[in-house]
Amino acid sequence: MLGRLTWAAIPFNEPLPLISMGVVLIVILAVLALVVIKGWVPYLWREWLTSVDHKRIGVMYMTLGLVMLLRGFADAIMMRTQQTIAIGDAQGYLPPDHYNQIFSAHGTIMIFFVAMPLVIGLMNFVVPLQLGARDVAFPTLNSVSFWLTAAGALLINVSLVVGNFARTSWWNYPPLSELAFSPDVGVDYYLWSLQISGIGTVLTGVNFVTTILKVRAPGMTYFRMPVFCWTALAANMLIVAAFPILTATFVMLLLDRYLGMHFFTNDGGGNPMMYPNLFWAWGHPEVYILILPAFGVYSEVVATFSGKALFSYRSMVLATLGICILSFMVWLHHFFTMGAGADVNAFFGMMSTLIAVPTGVKIFNWLFTMFRGRVVFTTPMLYAVGFMVTFVIGGLTGVLLAVPPVDFVLHNSAFLVAHFHNVIIGGVVFGALAGYNYWFPKAFGFTLDERLGKASFWCWLVGFYLAFTPLYVLGLKGMTRRLQHIPDPSWQPWLLVAEVGAIVIFAGILCQIAQLYVSIRGREQRRDLSGDPWNGRTLEWATASPPPAYNFAVLPQVESIDAFWHMKQAGRNAPAPSYVTIEMPRNSPVGFVIAFFAVVTGFALIWHIWWLVVLGFLAAVVMVLVAGWSDDREREVSAAEIAQIEQARLGPRQPAE
Amino acid sequence: MTVAAIQAVPSVVPTELVRGRGGGGPAPKRTVVAYGFWIFILSDIVMFSGLFAAYAVLSGNTAGGPKPVELFNLRNVFIETMCLLFSSYTCGLGALSAERREPGRFLIFALFTFVLGSAFLIIEASEFASMVAKGAGPSRSAFLSSFFTLVGTHGVHVTAGLLWLVYLVAQVMTKGLRSSVLRRLLCWSLFWHALDIVWVGVFTLVYLMGVE
Amino acid sequence: MDGDNQAFPDRTPGVEEREPTANYLSYTVGLTLAILATIASFIVSQTDLLWPPGIPVGLVVLAFAQVGIHLVFFLHLGSGSDHTNNILALAFGVLIVFLVITGSIWIISNLNENMLPMPME
Repeated sequence: MLGRLTWAAIPFNEPLPLISMGVVLIVILAVLALVVIKGWVPYLWREWLTSVDHKRIGVMYMTLGLVMLLRGFADAIMMRTQQTIAIGDAQGYLPPDHYNQIFSAHGTIMIFFVAMPLVIGLMNFVVPLQLGARDVAFPTLNSVSFWLTAAGALLINVSLVVGNFARTSWWNYPPLSELAFSPDVGVDYYLWSLQISGIGTVLTGVNFVTTILKVRAPGMTYFRMPVFCWTALAANMLIVAAFPILTATFVMLLLDRYLGMHFFTNDGGGNPMMYPNLFWAWGHPEVYILILPAFGVYSEVVATFSGKALFSYRSMVLATLGICILSFMVWLHHFFTMGAGADVNAFFGMMSTLIAVPTGVKIFNWLFTMFRGRVVFTTPMLYAVGFMVTFVIGGLTGVLLAVPPVDFVLHNSAFLVAHFHNVIIGGVVFGALAGYNYWFPKAFGFTLDERLGKASFWCWLVGFYLAFTPLYVLGLKGMTRRLQHIPDPSWQPWLLVAEVGAIVIFAGILCQIAQLYVSIRGREQRRDLSGDPWNGRTLEWATASPPPAYNFAVLPQVESIDAFWHMKQAGRNAPAPSYVTIEMPRNSPVGFVIAFFAVVTGFALIWHIWWLVVLGFLAAVVMVLVAGWSDDREREVSAAEIAQIEQARLGPRQPAE
Repeated sequence: MTVAAIQAVPSVVPTELVRGRGGGGPAPKRTVVAYGFWIFILSDIVMFSGLFAAYAVLSGNTAGGPKPVELFNLRNVFIETMCLLFSSYTCGLGALSAERREPGRFLIFALFTFVLGSAFLIIEASEFASMVAKGAGPSRSAFLSSFFTLVGTHGVHVTAGLLWLVYLVAQVMTKGLRSSVLRRLLCWSLFWHALDIVWVGVFTLVYLMGVE
Repeated sequence: MDGDNQAFPDRTPGVEEREPTANYLSYTVGLTLAILATIASFIVSQTDLLWPPGIPVGLVVLAFAQVGIHLVFFLHLGSGSDHTNNILALAFGVLIVFLVITGSIWIISNLNENMLPMPME
């Protein structure tokens, strides 16, 4: 009846996971109880859970990413602590099996459920506003995407309570991840949660490529699009082209595990090396899916806070597209040591070092933008400058690792771990936090506390260097990654410094939470009534903060790059706008319901509860069919209604109609 | 004064900004929907490329089991190919009739398409069944795993396409050929043509190269 | 109305020309050419019409030709400026498909060559 699900799935005999999951469950129940008691359920359902508004969905993505960041960071600090104390004779507090689950969960969650939601959340919120659009191309689909991502995140966290997670690292390489060596549910949790969220991500990619190419304000030619939109376009092209490869790869591994096929097995003619090959054909573009939008954020932030147009807009666009193509030609550098010959390794090594060229172009563009500008060091700008320094170091160690002979020495070492944390924290996380501080006033109508924001930045920056510089050193000394026990006591001082660094980063996260709390408490004093708190350059600053559901009462007419800046410069007093009726998408429960059944189906597949698989899948399909029948997806916002909303916001400044 | 600085949209966008440079403003819904679906099809084809790559790499790994040349029946493959090709043709003519608001003709062409697609599926299923009966099932060897997965995934797509067609015919019969239904039909016909394109890759790489 | 009849220069795959008679013709021409390409593929693979080592190349060329026929006659892709986005997206997709398939074949065959000889199963 319940497949392989029994009471043994819940780890009653292991106190540590039991306590942590107990705490998590109590927190979740407390939040749910609060929501129910306060009577917020109808509000949440109406305004958020069923919302198809790209701004709301963006906010929900960011929330998901930040909450999952806490989960992933808890894993990180547990690993750091284990490595600090499990040295010599001491064995630490985490048994190997548990430790292996933690590093696997840390990597999986940080990439798929922290970095991706943060980046996609920013794109969701910003791109339609910058394009001068009313929403994305397919608003209901956007909601489906978000809820599928959330479904994957939920499923992966269920593994904390019911059953266990994979011990196979975030790559999940076979043959270890095959049924013969990982017979329990850990790998299945990994595969199904990523399959479900992966479908959501592909749909996001389709949605945003279409939005950026087909739904722009009149006059916004390709070379008038803000750079963030260009980087979002490139990132979404990569999503559309890379994520299906991951889907296909996981399908093959699932067929091996569920139907006894032989794609990656040791016997039956399977080839385990094919998995890393396909995995990284997705995996390398994936890092650019994350970093390109971050580059876009820096471009907006640097231009705004230097008070200048971005230096050499066209070279920035070309560099972005160049990276987009090149990122698909380098994937073998993730497995130089698997045994390919010199010719293959040399080709991929050269292609990898080549990516440094367009990236360098970008760094110089940002520097020249700041050059002779009136630079204002707000929190987002601090992140941008911190990024430039940190990312150059990370990029250079990357170029080092792209040289096959060097990689033969350093692969799988703490040096590599330091390198990719250097580019992901220094690039993606700083970018997401810069974007969070930069666009928060637009999303909520009040600014964030600058003092705590800067404190948080300094904690992140200093904490990052303290935590990862020692790992570069340890890697050079020969420490391999993912060690549950440290064999060499002379490494301990370095590991202690790294632990201190992790604690400093934790202080940064606490500052962020405090910043949010303080800012919300003082929101009445912090109101942004102008809609343009930073003296911005692009169209998102041309509307109210927070923007009305339809974004722009009258679609802006774009006449140049940095459209809003030029509108302000021209200082034209437009004639009183004449409002017309707007069609806006209706809210829809489709995304939430489909994701609910996706969780049910995924859980049933993991535990081999076949009747529930059939039931859950059919229910999801029925939901799709019901949604696909409806022709009544839009509601009309009348001109009078718009005039009323705009009047309320603009007050006496707006000439009455 | 920020918001008031935004000008009202002039009724005409300069033509030099429209052609090729993308300054014409938001595209009409039909264009947006079809373009989005075109992007989705490309992503689906990339998914197939992963399966093709796996087949190309693993097709020689028969683990002592049957080889491609012992299993494939080119006569059946040719019939299957013709079924799909003619179904693409009737699908195109059906889409054309729908555009011209001729529901009767559309239904006839849809019926032809459905019959041809089903014939393809029946031949494929019987071929699979005979292979499994011969002990050449998907878990026999890496070659057979990749064969069944690649060809089977295409078959699953064809099945989904047929069910989708039935669903759309139901919409046409109840709602008529209104613009929302026409947009869905356009997506479906793109999907169907794309399946034929994938099949060209399948019969070339899997069957013809496997047998010669 | 939802604006579908608005004059707009961009076109998408699958949208037919205005002239309906050209359409029936174009589908029929496409069908005929595709059948010819298919028959040619089957003949090439089954006979020694081509120099035997060149057969795989011939089959790939014929497959590309047939895909081109499908794109032009069934999906109505053209070369005009109104099709720029469609063609660019297609080109990007084709590039990725090419990289994934040829890259995988190249990498794995190189790995196999460099593998130590294994005892036969």
